[in-house]
Amino acid sequence: MSTATTLPIQLKGATVQRKGKVIVGPIDLSVEGRGITMVIGPNGAGKTSILRMLHGLDALSEGSLHWQGGAKRVRKKQGYVFQTPVLLRRNVLENLVYPLKLRGMARVKATKHAMDALAHVGLNTFAQHAARTLSGGERQKLALARALIMEPELLLLDEPCASLDGNATKAIEAILISARKTGTRILMTTHDMGQARRLADDVLFIVKGKIHEAGTAETFFAAPETPEARAFLNGDILP
Amino acid sequence: MSEIIEAIFEALRLVLSLDADLIEISLRSLKITLSAVVIASVIGLPMGAWLAVYNFRGRRSFIVVLNALMGLPPVVVGLFVYLVFSRTGPLGVLGLLFTPTVMILAQVFILVPLIASIAHQVMRDLWREYADLLSSLDASLWQKIGTLLRDGRHGLLTASLAGFGRGIGEVGAIMIVGGNIDHATRVLTTAITLETSRGHFALALGLGLVLVGLSLLVNILVHLVAHIREVEE
Repeated sequence: MSTATTLPIQLKGATVQRKGKVIVGPIDLSVEGRGITMVIGPNGAGKTSILRMLHGLDALSEGSLHWQGGAKRVRKKQGYVFQTPVLLRRNVLENLVYPLKLRGMARVKATKHAMDALAHVGLNTFAQHAARTLSGGERQKLALARALIMEPELLLLDEPCASLDGNATKAIEAILISARKTGTRILMTTHDMGQARRLADDVLFIVKGKIHEAGTAETFFAAPETPEARAFLNGDILP
Repeated sequence: MSEIIEAIFEALRLVLSLDADLIEISLRSLKITLSAVVIASVIGLPMGAWLAVYNFRGRRSFIVVLNALMGLPPVVVGLFVYLVFSRTGPLGVLGLLFTPTVMILAQVFILVPLIASIAHQVMRDLWREYADLLSSLDASLWQKIGTLLRDGRHGLLTASLAGFGRGIGEVGAIMIVGGNIDHATRVLTTAITLETSRGHFALALGLGLVLVGLSLLVNILVHLVAHIREVEE
């Protein structure tokens, strides 16, 4: 994998509109450094749109987005895990071999690499099973393994533990902590404040498409600055 | 009613006696149609996937035209191919008129829009599921098309089988370009037309039953192979 970086990513006045309606923005943001940033906020705040924008899946309507080294390198240096895991209609092993082969890796090497990755997430015994027969937690683990197998410098996760039970959530969190240790920068959205407290180094608090607070998790959870953040942490419904 | 019963007996007699003419005509029908289906699938299936993935100006109009061409009258295709390959036509020098080759070509013209159109519908549904993932994994246009063709192959089989169904029963175009020449270009459908015009209704119906049987057999075999592979995966 290339050692060239796409970080920092800088957004200035970045706005995404759909059918004339502003979904996100304008926002200014710089993604750099290390650790896990939790993107939190009420439903429909624009959390997913921010992740998609950073990954280049949603185009900006206004403002600018600058990836270090240019846009061409972005997808090669980033991994993305969707809220509902999208798995190829193939077996578990082939789901991991696929991205490696896209990058031109020889099949034998890719298969060995994929088996190692499956062992890392505890799915090696399912290698020959059809991916569609996995449980929800296993599917999400496979999607995460597929994103991590490319050794991304930035991993974007859209509520990876939504609708998973406690054990599956714990397993996913263990994989994320392991990825953080190896230097992967992680941005993820969540509705689970317990998970945010467990994993977050930093927090981005989003309301109505705008960043209301950005800072360390410790400060945010101990002394939120805005009334919206306080209300959100108290479990109040924001208008 | 008696003619129908007589036809069933005639069909059985033809099949059980392994009538040499029947086998020759049936094999020629299969060879021409299967060749046309393979060629049309090689063109039509990637075209369907390309249309699902690649957004270009005029794509919607292209799809509308493609869908309209599904109903292309075979006799018109036959006439067009005849004029192109007739002695005074632009490709007359090739001397292909009234040969199985030109019959295959005429069928390819008829089948490509049908196969591409059905393939596009199958691929469009799969693309909705895969679009974000494949973009996220930075797949190129041709890698996306290849992935859709591979993962959607069971659905695409339906497109090719629809092509086979249309091709094996086609009579207008291949009658014009093939000429229904005995031991050369006569196929089941043109033989049925000939026997009907001669008033040999039982033989015509018998040939018709053989045609239906062949069509069913190919469909069943293909589905069986596809099912076994699906279970293995």
